[in-house]
Amino acid sequence: MQEYDAPEKYDVIVVGAGHAGCEAALAAARMGEKTLLLTINLDMVAFMPCNPSIGGPAKGIVVREIDALGGQMGKNIDATYIQMRMLNTGKGPAVRALRAQADKNAYHRLMKATLEQEPNLTLRQGLVERLIVHNKVCQGVVTNTGARYRAQAVVLTAGTSSRGKIIIGELMYSSGPNNSLPSIKLSEDLEKHGFQLQRFKTGTPPRVAKNTVDFSKMEEQPGDTTPHAFSYETLPQSYLKDQISCWMTYTNAHTHQIIRDNLDRAPMFSGVIQGVGPRYCPSIEDKIVRFADKPRHQIFMEPEGRDTEEYYVGDFSTSMPEEVQQQMLHSVAGLEHAQMMRPGYAIEYDIVEPWQLKQTLETKLIAHLYTAGQMNGTSGYEEAAGQGIIAGINAALQVKQQAPLILKRNEAYIGVMIDDLVTKGTTEPYRLLTSRAEYRLVLRHDNADLRLTEYGHQLGLISAQRYQQFQHKAQQISQEIDRLQKVRIKPSAQVNELLAQYQMAPLQDGVLASDFLKRPQIHYSDIQDLIGGPELPLPVIEQVEISIKYAGYIKKQEAQIAHLKKLEAKKIPANLDYDDVQGLATEALQKLKKINPTTIAQASRISGVNPADLSILMIYIQRGRIAKRAE
Amino acid sequence: MPNITEFDTIAAISTPVGEGAISIVRLSGSEAITIANQVTSGVDLTQVASHTINYGHVMDPKSQQVLDEVMISVMRAPKTFTREDVVEINTHGGIMATNLVLQTLIGQGARLAEPGEFTKRAFLNGRIDLTQAESVMDLIRAKTDKAMHQAVQQLDGSLQHLIKHLRQEIMDVLGQVEVNIDYPEYDTDEITTQMLLEKAQAVSQQIEQLLQTAQAGQIMNSGLKTAIIGKPNVGKSSLLNVLAQKQRAIVTDIAGTTRDVIEQTANVAGIPLQLIDTAGIHETTDQIEQLGVDRSLQSLQTADLILLVVDSSRPLDATDQRLFQLTQEQKRLVIVNKQDLAPAWDSAALPLTADDLTPVIISATQKSGIDQIAAQIKQLFFQGIETSQTTAVVTNARQVGLLQQAQQSLADVMSGIQAQMPIDLVQIDMTNCWNTLGEITGETAPDELITQLFSQFCLGK
Repeated sequence: MQEYDAPEKYDVIVVGAGHAGCEAALAAARMGEKTLLLTINLDMVAFMPCNPSIGGPAKGIVVREIDALGGQMGKNIDATYIQMRMLNTGKGPAVRALRAQADKNAYHRLMKATLEQEPNLTLRQGLVERLIVHNKVCQGVVTNTGARYRAQAVVLTAGTSSRGKIIIGELMYSSGPNNSLPSIKLSEDLEKHGFQLQRFKTGTPPRVAKNTVDFSKMEEQPGDTTPHAFSYETLPQSYLKDQISCWMTYTNAHTHQIIRDNLDRAPMFSGVIQGVGPRYCPSIEDKIVRFADKPRHQIFMEPEGRDTEEYYVGDFSTSMPEEVQQQMLHSVAGLEHAQMMRPGYAIEYDIVEPWQLKQTLETKLIAHLYTAGQMNGTSGYEEAAGQGIIAGINAALQVKQQAPLILKRNEAYIGVMIDDLVTKGTTEPYRLLTSRAEYRLVLRHDNADLRLTEYGHQLGLISAQRYQQFQHKAQQISQEIDRLQKVRIKPSAQVNELLAQYQMAPLQDGVLASDFLKRPQIHYSDIQDLIGGPELPLPVIEQVEISIKYAGYIKKQEAQIAHLKKLEAKKIPANLDYDDVQGLATEALQKLKKINPTTIAQASRISGVNPADLSILMIYIQRGRIAKRAE
Repeated sequence: MPNITEFDTIAAISTPVGEGAISIVRLSGSEAITIANQVTSGVDLTQVASHTINYGHVMDPKSQQVLDEVMISVMRAPKTFTREDVVEINTHGGIMATNLVLQTLIGQGARLAEPGEFTKRAFLNGRIDLTQAESVMDLIRAKTDKAMHQAVQQLDGSLQHLIKHLRQEIMDVLGQVEVNIDYPEYDTDEITTQMLLEKAQAVSQQIEQLLQTAQAGQIMNSGLKTAIIGKPNVGKSSLLNVLAQKQRAIVTDIAGTTRDVIEQTANVAGIPLQLIDTAGIHETTDQIEQLGVDRSLQSLQTADLILLVVDSSRPLDATDQRLFQLTQEQKRLVIVNKQDLAPAWDSAALPLTADDLTPVIISATQKSGIDQIAAQIKQLFFQGIETSQTTAVVTNARQVGLLQQAQQSLADVMSGIQAQMPIDLVQIDMTNCWNTLGEITGETAPDELITQLFSQFCLGK
């Protein structure tokens, strides 16, 4: 192919328009950088190749974090969902999780339109085959049509397209997700540049036609009637009333028998699939083998959109041969006559082992080159989008020659995820879980704006009006907490009547309103009934209640965070020669050289680096400092 | 959990163990003063001026029992050895008392310092110069790994087994809680706070039992500080020599010849005793002798065990009576010596209290009746505690301190449930308990919880 120099010059090029690429491109463009977004197929922008849903535990919080930073995912799903539910409502505020079923096509169309209308953004179809690199600095990309695009920073978000391979039973072919064109040469180019790649595997279940499903044999899962939204900009009055339900059914002994009888044809077990699959999202054949005692497994039927008959057969991911998939489906209650519209498949793809990245998502090998999303070994649209926005922001900041944005573990799930990836690497597709966050009580879904809007504002990704509203909200919260910590509730007939209602002992002496609110049965509305107060919007009341009711636990986590911050402040010089550090244990030496952590805090999270190694490292650094001073 | 230990408040006994009349327990770190203040009474350490020495008592924060009478130096950052807040607690020597103070501090959140860690901090905070750095590095490399190895090695096999078992029990519940949170639609049983409460209670009970073995364990490890007292020439030194099986104290028939407190270790039927032979206590005008007597009285107060020796060949007098009175609050064993000579009184004449065991009748010179002493000591200290090899026994201050911390976390779990806190908050304290127990066995496998999640449950997206 004869190459040519494309006439336009860009600041930032983003390769791939999946969930990571869209956020990266929008962030860079909105920060004023001239941005080019290249994708293999324009009809697959923000495509959902697997389940048609956004959010859930931890993931839903990521969507809100993206929104607080000025990203698009929250707004896009708020405009295109067909069902929304708040999960974990019976538990504490830290783990409440919003999840929406998306109209897949609408989601794609709206995101595409948003990209098209973004002033600094060019959306173009193109398959990137290699990077333009000079002196270890990435300066652009070359497409399969020979176009050489130049830019000051490049973000790769190639996802499962990277040397993708689809497997269905004995059938195996080179392909990106959903039979799209795979990206082969880019992987080869990355290897040439010295990147270590790894093979991962994931999969998707079959889709069936709604009009062939007997829902009477299934359990209905309707959406919530109380309004919710992902974006802090979405108004509650826009909440969708006409929602579409999901349905639940189960596998049974017959299903399991069909699977067991055909295990020799299952690529997962016949040795065909070599990629590492996730432990948390196993294929149905994997479940039957690993959890042989379980008599049945849940199946969630999720609608793929308003104007399609397709239903996603959730938790039924499989790469069995097509005919076996049919039999398996027909063994399930309600699916006896289901018509399969697309078979399930497994897909193998390349990832860039993420320890090769800095916390900014820039690669250590090649400057000005960033990678994000499934390409970094994660799984899930939200995880991808969360990395995408950070990569886009940091690419733009690099062009501006400004300090990068690194979210800390105590600031965001996005920070937890990126730190995990670059510090520990991953041996399977990485999914965010609330249990990965050591400070999950402060990383709540309700306070993502309080945690991150300031960054969004500083970066110029949040409108002035929204920032003003945010500041007002923050002020209302602190003023009201302040007030409740000063005003007293005195024992009165009204108070004691209320307490009697809750079967609590009557009040003997006056108490601070804040202490009164700490009682489990008491809510903010009770306080308002008793002593009055300002008219406050619900989100403000929610923050006031949480801050006061759970103050003890929050304080404990904040003490741990203070400790962490001290360690974060202990920087490790970028050019430190670990071989010169006498006395490090061999494993620690190898790991430290590989990861090259930036702070003692990060070093402390590397497995195999023990406290003695940290001590030695700190002394070495301090000694260097003293020596420098003496010169 | 990450290895964040750098800014912990650390504690250690910083004087040679068992030597000298005074021992110093040193604390360094931002929480040093707060932690010390939580275990002392008589003075509010958070309010005292920097670089002052204060009189007070170390108390067990739970039982409010006095552990030792102490002098406490409070030195605020930055003008200290480590440039952090430093507290030094001067205890009355003796391993048991000093260990108790140390373990109480660990129980309140201090961490047992690694070898050289105070010096390391001094260096990192710019307190010592470049030339000293090398030696600190050597020290850390040489000792830290070894110390950690030792700490785990010291774990008695059955204790390790028990703690692993407790951790697994907690982990099973935690895994269940996490699965409920991260996979709310997964068809597993929803774990309730009631179930968590039951688990916390069960684990807490087992830890309590372990803590009860601590005293026995520590005795086995470091010895009982034993004071032998009695009026002059009742045969204290002879008894000491018989027990220690060495001629250490000068034995003469002249009253008052043992002037110094002499410490010696002895193994009495498997129980290590740290024997203190005291200058005979009697009214004296000799000034030098008086010094020795004062010191004897002092060591008497800090002893774990008093062997009160009386002479059956001479009548009981006012000094004997006074000694009985002085020691009536302590664990003591009355020993009637000189059985080989003609008795001058009847054993019913002894002013025993209800707590006293039957006096042991011996002849130190003829070495008779000595086995009975061992039997009675066992009765006094190991009653109800099996010390066979199969029982888990807690043996050092670090283990006790960490077990106390674990207990505190469980108490927090229970009070959180009482206050109707949601399960994902209560779980924070349960996880802390699990982490603390892991510190005891030295297990810090990363992502243990997540591994548990995926191996125990069959999870979808």
